[in-house]
Amino acid sequence: MRKVLLGVVLVTSLTACTLSAGEPEENGERRVVLVTHDSFAMSEEVLDAFREESGITIDVRKLGDAGALTNQLVLTKDNPVGDLAYGVDTTFASRALEEDVFEPYRSPAADEGSQRYAIDDTNRLTAVDVGDVCVNIDPAALAARNVPEPASYADLTKAAYENMLVVEDPATSSPGLAFLLGTIASLGDGWREYWMALRGRGVQVVSGWEEAYTQEFSGSSGEGPRPIVVSYASSPAAEVAEDGTPTTKAVLDTCFRQVEYAGVLRGAANTEDARAVLDFLLSPEFQSQVPEQMYVYPARSDVELPETWQAAAPLPESPAEMDPAKIAENRERWIDEWRALVPG
Amino acid sequence: MARTRTGLSPGLLLVALVPLGFLAVFFVWPVVAIVRLGFGEGGVLAVLGSADTWQLVAFTVGQAAASTVLAVLAGVPVAYLLARTSLPGLGLVRVVILVPFVLPTVVVGLAFRTLLPDGGVLAIVLANSFFNVAVVARTVAGLWSHVDGRAADAARSLGASPLRAFTSVTLPALAPALTSAAAVVFLFCATSFGVVLILGGSRYRTLETEIYLRTVELLDLSGAAALSLVQLAAVVAALSVGVLARRRRESALRLRGRASVARRPRGGQSWAVVGAALGVVVLLLVPVVVLVARSFDGGFAGYRALAGFGHEGSLQVSGWEAAANSLRAATDATALAVFLGTLASVVLVSLSRGRVRRGVVETMDTVLMLPLGVSAVTVGFGYLVTLDLLPGDLRTSPALVPLAQALVVTPLVIRMLLPVLRSIDTRLRQAAASLGASPWRVWREVDVPVAGRSLLTATAFGYVVALGEFGATSFLARPDTATLPVAVARLLSRPGELNNQMAYAACTLLVLVTVAAVALVESVGRSRVVEF
Repeated sequence: MRKVLLGVVLVTSLTACTLSAGEPEENGERRVVLVTHDSFAMSEEVLDAFREESGITIDVRKLGDAGALTNQLVLTKDNPVGDLAYGVDTTFASRALEEDVFEPYRSPAADEGSQRYAIDDTNRLTAVDVGDVCVNIDPAALAARNVPEPASYADLTKAAYENMLVVEDPATSSPGLAFLLGTIASLGDGWREYWMALRGRGVQVVSGWEEAYTQEFSGSSGEGPRPIVVSYASSPAAEVAEDGTPTTKAVLDTCFRQVEYAGVLRGAANTEDARAVLDFLLSPEFQSQVPEQMYVYPARSDVELPETWQAAAPLPESPAEMDPAKIAENRERWIDEWRALVPG
Repeated sequence: MARTRTGLSPGLLLVALVPLGFLAVFFVWPVVAIVRLGFGEGGVLAVLGSADTWQLVAFTVGQAAASTVLAVLAGVPVAYLLARTSLPGLGLVRVVILVPFVLPTVVVGLAFRTLLPDGGVLAIVLANSFFNVAVVARTVAGLWSHVDGRAADAARSLGASPLRAFTSVTLPALAPALTSAAAVVFLFCATSFGVVLILGGSRYRTLETEIYLRTVELLDLSGAAALSLVQLAAVVAALSVGVLARRRRESALRLRGRASVARRPRGGQSWAVVGAALGVVVLLLVPVVVLVARSFDGGFAGYRALAGFGHEGSLQVSGWEAAANSLRAATDATALAVFLGTLASVVLVSLSRGRVRRGVVETMDTVLMLPLGVSAVTVGFGYLVTLDLLPGDLRTSPALVPLAQALVVTPLVIRMLLPVLRSIDTRLRQAAASLGASPWRVWREVDVPVAGRSLLTATAFGYVVALGEFGATSFLARPDTATLPVAVARLLSRPGELNNQMAYAACTLLVLVTVAAVALVESVGRSRVVEF
């Protein structure tokens, strides 16, 4: 008898699932489910202000990295898991467009700069931010070894930089893939010889950004052995000495442009409000917070970067770029070729 | 209770439907659905035929087997320490050996990369066994503390060497727990993901990392389906080996209460084993101490930041809120898993006590273990294409977190309870019944007291696994319901010194929360469990 009672108690507590769920589903509340990637962050004040002004509550659900996000959208396109998606990037945009996951919507705010990065004639994707991947260096460590700062892809293959570069595996890491794409976009068919040369100079390959940046790179808190790392154009903004001077630097001629897009999902439960949220993503309030919240650059052209960023991490002016369709077509083959060239 | 000739009562059948139904809805259906999608795309046979696939299988099974052997070798002395000695401070040892289990894989991966910069197979095997020593130690100790030591004493007085007495008397008695633990550890190691990715790089890949890449990054569902089938086959094969090993060994033991078998170590051999056990415990704690030390790199800066909302909005919850979120999700998951696991164990042991064919029992047992051996990504993506058909659309709901965690914890509960329940002398139960005790009464008076400690261990383990769970939680938790492991991963993925200090401070908090929660479970449980 006691066991039955125990069972009843357990089952009731489970069906209520009191502890973890807590879905505040009030009647008549306007709610937009925003599915996004792991790196999404926004200050509570900005989100609260939007709710008060519009009456819309944004319900954020993170679905992994940009690749995981896109693939889950594709898998659930017949019955989408949200109303609006944000975080599909240059590398995966083509798949999302091909599978017709998004429906057209041209936000009035897109004309304030976002349109520069447009990739779809029918406006199914709207650029929200830019997160370029660049080689980062630790100038103090390079000076201590009496070598000049590298300034280009070609410099990295010089003997002076033997055993100094650490990169991420393009198969498992999104900055790793962006760097590989950058070398292909800049060097064309010469990318294979280039990577052979890097290999000859003792390039180190690790599987993720965490190992590369926080453990192997000498310019981060991990104080690792290697002074050159593949990271983001924005990373130096986080490595600033107490007197305000940056301690690391992005090499601006080794950058690859990564744009992150948002779009209203086809079959969304709440299309009208989803559009309003997309407008909000392009609002000056949201855009001005994007650098410090997510370490990316606003797509709007009329929003100023924070002061530390202007000195430490300006937006690269002429990064390498590649058509998302070309990326989608070749990604797997390039990664396989790269794996054969460069040992893990 | 009316019993049919097979020993299967209608009540038992009903009880069996609960865990099996849960398994059907939250495991079998999603996995079958996603694998079927893969088959629809074609190309499965090509993957099955490629030499690359079989290399993956060989490496996966090889590293898992090596890790399991190492975990067993390190775990048995600790089990002896916990079960057969009465040294002061054992309560603390019992709790702290569970800590590795809860550490985020990215943190452990980074720690082992520091210790063994060249990484490779050795690092992978060491890291995998680091996580799993506690499974062996606690599962084996649960049985060992009830094994009558007089048989071994008799062997010794008849002239057997201590080693001989151990291998021919004690070891056979422990076999059910050893094979149980080894099966669980093997499955954990075969599906270990984070450490293999960090330590193996692109050189060492396993079925699990490859399924992840194909599913999540490439959306190559046919390739993933093929590899999932191979993984399933490998897991079933490994479990069958375990079942066969158990078949040869299974026998009722004369289980006794704990107090009568624990004593101060006597003689050089005993102290040598105790020394080895303490050595293992110290080694387990080294990475923990290192990360706690790292959290103080910048003085208390990391902790101060954690008390707030993190550096420049890195987190949407404070460290304390994340800790509370962790505890909440873990409580739900553990309650559910202990409930389901206990029902399943009762059914399994009742079936094997009745006259049900052994094959049926063993098949059900194996099926219940499968969630440990199938890739979390396969299950997770399976949820995406199935769960919207259920009322409430659980696909991206935080309510799915405890359900997904329970899927992993339930088999663990079963593996910890079952060996003890199986080893209970049926004559004891028959005696109770012939003295007029009802079936319920027999359970309460005979089985519950003996299995109580193992149930406690299972609860503590469930708690720890759920607290440390990262995969499902990171997918499903909302920013404001982030748990500590999710917060740690988030902090480590951002540049800046303070974020790093905070990550390690959050890790330390996770260790403290784990120790406190487990200590609480054990102390509450101990005062309730009647020992004889």
